[in-house]
Amino acid sequence: MAGQILFFALAVTAIAAGIGTVWSRSPVNSALWLILNLFCIAGLYLTLNAQFIAVIQVLVYAGAIMVLFLFVIMLLNLSEKPSFTRMTFARIFGFFLVMGVLALLTYAVAAGLDVLPENVVPEAAAVSGSPSALARALFTQYALPFELIGVLLLAATIGAVVIAKRKPV
Amino acid sequence: MEMSLNWYLTLSSVLFITGTLGFLFRRNIIVMLMSVELMLNAVNLTLVALSQATADTAGQILVFFVIAVAAAEAAVGLAIVIAIFRGNQTIDISKIKLFRY
Repeated sequence: MAGQILFFALAVTAIAAGIGTVWSRSPVNSALWLILNLFCIAGLYLTLNAQFIAVIQVLVYAGAIMVLFLFVIMLLNLSEKPSFTRMTFARIFGFFLVMGVLALLTYAVAAGLDVLPENVVPEAAAVSGSPSALARALFTQYALPFELIGVLLLAATIGAVVIAKRKPV
Repeated sequence: MEMSLNWYLTLSSVLFITGTLGFLFRRNIIVMLMSVELMLNAVNLTLVALSQATADTAGQILVFFVIAVAAAEAAVGLAIVIAIFRGNQTIDISKIKLFRY
């Protein structure tokens, strides 16, 4: 039951954060909502017992990509000041309170309709989601794509530097 | 597992639709790129859920590669945004006319 309520809480927060990403006026607010969304999806990977992917999600998405986004937003230094709504304790607490109530309501409706997720952490998945199982597949069966992805990242780095340094069009 | 797989697929479709709507209706390039990231995440969630439902690691390997490609995409995309901003002083796509004429 606790696992199911956790799933609903993460799912509801992920959807709310996704809507916040699309809806909020200032790009900075969008980026912060997106970070919340990424963390919720990392939590959902944990409920699916995919620990490796969850850690990669937090490291690469929330760590690297979102920092890049925020850097570019600041670098562009848009003329109109981003109307950044201040984060007070009351707002944050209220948001998570609403998300908790929504999660409980969804759980209650799902239980009433008898469509609850039966087993959020399946037994067979524990093996296939572990870092050792993934690493074994990654370095043996998928070794060539793994090397190619390294070349792609190098090409993207060089390309990004070249494009960003180019003279204005 | 069937039932819980359905829940994950529903959630990911809702997130994907949110990202699509954001991509179609926002005019800020940076927010559009963020919507693309949202869509990529929804697809990743589908892949992980299906991979765990079938106890097959291939789906998670694919998610690993998708995340790497998304990092490359974000780097190049934001570089393009910077290049466009240098020339036009705006990131509103309705005011950028690189291909007009």
